[in-house]
Amino acid sequence: MNLAPLLIRNARLIDPASGKTENGALAIQDGLIAAMGPGIDSAAVPDGATVIDAKGMVLAPGLIDLRAFVGEPGHEHRETLASASAAAAAGGVTTVITMPDTHPPVDDPAVVDFLMRRARDTACVRMLPAAALTKGLQGREMTEFGLLGEAGAMFFTDARHAVDDPLVMRRALTYARDFDALIVQHVQDKRLSGGVMNEGELASRLGLSGIPREAETLMLERDIRLARLTGGRYHAAMISCADSVEIVRRAKQSGLQVTCGVSINSLTLNENDIGPYRSFLKLSPPLRHEDDRQAVVAALAEGVIDVVVSDHDPQDVEAKRQPFAECADGAIGLQTLLSAGLRLVHAGEMSLARLLAAISAHPAALLRLPQGRLTRGAPADLVLFDPDEPFVLDPADLHSLCRNTAFDGARLQGVVHMSIVAGSIVHRQEPQA
Amino acid sequence: MTHAVRFPHRHLLGIEGLSPSDITMLLDLADKAVEVSRQVEKKKTTLRGRTQINLFFEASTRTQSSFELAGKRLGADVMNMAVASSSIKKGETLIDTAMTLNAMRPDLIVVRHHAAGAVHLLARKVDCSVINAGDGAHEHPTQALLDALTIRRNKGQIRGLIVAICGDILHSRVARSNLILLNALGAEVRVVGPSTLLPSGLERMGCKVFTSMRDGLKDADIVMMLRLQRERMNGSFVPSVKEYFHYYGLDSGKLAYAKPDALVMHPGPMNRGVEIASDIADGAQSLIREQVEMGVAVRMAILEALAAHLPNGG
Repeated sequence: MNLAPLLIRNARLIDPASGKTENGALAIQDGLIAAMGPGIDSAAVPDGATVIDAKGMVLAPGLIDLRAFVGEPGHEHRETLASASAAAAAGGVTTVITMPDTHPPVDDPAVVDFLMRRARDTACVRMLPAAALTKGLQGREMTEFGLLGEAGAMFFTDARHAVDDPLVMRRALTYARDFDALIVQHVQDKRLSGGVMNEGELASRLGLSGIPREAETLMLERDIRLARLTGGRYHAAMISCADSVEIVRRAKQSGLQVTCGVSINSLTLNENDIGPYRSFLKLSPPLRHEDDRQAVVAALAEGVIDVVVSDHDPQDVEAKRQPFAECADGAIGLQTLLSAGLRLVHAGEMSLARLLAAISAHPAALLRLPQGRLTRGAPADLVLFDPDEPFVLDPADLHSLCRNTAFDGARLQGVVHMSIVAGSIVHRQEPQA
Repeated sequence: MTHAVRFPHRHLLGIEGLSPSDITMLLDLADKAVEVSRQVEKKKTTLRGRTQINLFFEASTRTQSSFELAGKRLGADVMNMAVASSSIKKGETLIDTAMTLNAMRPDLIVVRHHAAGAVHLLARKVDCSVINAGDGAHEHPTQALLDALTIRRNKGQIRGLIVAICGDILHSRVARSNLILLNALGAEVRVVGPSTLLPSGLERMGCKVFTSMRDGLKDADIVMMLRLQRERMNGSFVPSVKEYFHYYGLDSGKLAYAKPDALVMHPGPMNRGVEIASDIADGAQSLIREQVEMGVAVRMAILEALAAHLPNGG
C-alpha cells in the first residue's frame, strides 16, 4: 500500500453529492481525504507528500458499480476478482459489487467471507459481494439476510434470475425490513422474456423472437405493490423502457422506498446496434427502441433513475460464438463504464455532475457507504480523468479475461488517467504528449 | 456464363438486399433451367469440377434433394453432410464446423439452420459462396424465388397481383422472404392468420394484415398457405387443429372468396386437414406440384449465378 500522503493539484474537483464544481487541489492522508478546495497548496501538506499535477483534468469520487458478474468462485476462466478489479481500476471504478451467481452461489456467510478475503488478497479495488436473495438462487426460500449482512453482503438479489413467486418476494421484503436490507430484483418475467431481443418490427424482420416491454413492467409493477404492502426497501436492478420510468416515478411520488438502476448499455445503445446479429449485443434486458433509450436517459437526468450500472458480464468465446438466438446474454462493461457514459454528456443529454452522481454518490447512498463524495474525512477513493480525450476502443486493451464488449471498435471520449483506492494509486496512465 | 448481366453478390443469404433486377435475372435464368430439366439430357457442365456441400442442421427432404439435384444437373460434385451423425452433435460450434468444411475447399455451401442469422455467421467465416436454405424464422430465399417463378409462369407477371399469405406467419421464414420479394416485384401482399401467429410490427413490413380469411382472400390472385407445426397446434398458439382448420384451413368455401382463377400454393410439406383440405391441395387450382419442379430450376439458377463469382469462374 502506498500510504505516503498525496496532493493532487490543478484539478477540476467535482463533488456529485453536492453538485459543487471548483478548481483546486485535494490532499490525501491515511487513506482519507484530508483537505480539498481552491485554497489548498503544497505548503499545507505534510513532508514526504507526493505531488501530482492534474493538468486541469477532472478529479471526482471513484465510481461505484452495483452490478458486475465475476466468475470467482467456480468460473475463474471467465473472470477473477483480480482481473475484474484490474478492469475496474482502468475504468475509474473503485468499488464493485459482485453478483452472487457463482459456483457455489453466495447464499452462505462462509462464501461471503471467502470473497471478502480473496478480494483483500488479490483485488486492487474494493470488491464487495452481493448475496443471493433465495437459497441456491432457486427463488423458493430466502437466505440468511442477517448473518449474510453481518458477514459483509451489500444487498440481496438473485442476480440474473427474477424471483417470480410473489409470496417469496413478499416475505423477503417483509423480513428484510428487520435488517434494513436492500432487496434488488432483475425485473424480467421469465415466461414473457423467452425471446432474444426487443419485440417489434426489427425482431420480426430478423426472424428473432421478441421480448415485450411487459416482461419488465409487469414484474416491476408487481414488486412495487409488494414494496408498498411490506414497507421493504426495493431496488429494480435495471429498467430499460419508457413505461418502467413512469411506474418508478409514480412509486417515488407516493413516497415508497423504491429506487432503480439502468444499464450503461440501455443508455447508450439501441436495438439497431444489433445490426447483422451481433451476439455481443444480446443482453438482458434487451436493447430497446431509440424512444426507450431517450426515455431512460431523460429519467436519469431527471433523477427518476438513481444509478447506472455496468452490468459487466464476461462470457467466454464458446458462449458468444454462436448464432444470436443461441448465444449467452451479456457484455463486459467495467472498463468502459465512464467513457460510454460520457457519450451522454458530450451529446448534451445530461451534465457531467449528474452522470457522476449516478455512478458514485447515488449508489453509495443506497448502500450507505462513506464513499461517493469529495469531503474531508471521506475515504480517498478517487478517479482522475480527461473527459474529452478521444480514443477508439481496442478489445486488446481490455483487462477483463473475456472480450465480449458492446463497444468493440467504438469511438469514445474520456480517458481515465488515475484511479485511487484508499489513498493508494491502483491505475495510472500518463497523458499523451 | 454467357449472360450479359452478372449477379452482383457472392452469397445468397436472403431476398433482403436483392434488387428487382437481381431477382428478375435469377427468374430468367431459372426459366432456361426448366427447359434443361425437361430434356432427356439434363446435364450441364457449368459447375464441372466444383464441390457443393449441403449442410443441413435441420432435417429436410425436399429442399435438400432439390439442391442436390440442381448441383448435379450443373455438373458439380455434391456432398450431403448428415448433421445428426456428425461432430456437431458432439458439441462443436457452428463456427468450428464452418472452418473445418472451409478447409476442405468447397466452392459452394448450402446451409439450413434452426437459428436466425446462423447462415450469416457461417458466411463470414468461409471463403466460398454460401446459399441460405432456411435460417430459423428469418429467410428462405430460394423458396421465395421458386414461388415467384411459379407465379410468373402461370400469371405472366407479378406486378399488380394480389397475393395472400396465410397461416403461421410468426414462425415462417417462407413468409418473410416472400413478403420482401413480392413487394420488390410490385405485388400487393396480404397476410392472414390468427393474431397469436402474426409477428409484431408486421403492418410496417409492406403488407396488409388480416385475421379473417374472408377479408384477406377477397379478390386474391394467389393464395399461399403455410405449414403449421404440430407443436403449435394444441393450446400454445391456437387452441386446436379443429378450430384452426375451421377458421384458417383452406377449403373450397374459403377459396371461393378469392378470384375465380385464383391459384393455390404451399411450400410443403403439407398438413392435409390442418391448413389445407386435400381436395384443394390436389385440385385444378393447385400449383403445389409445379412449385417442386420450379424449386430445382431456381436452385440451378442461383448456383449458376454464384458460379460466376467463384475463383476462375464466369
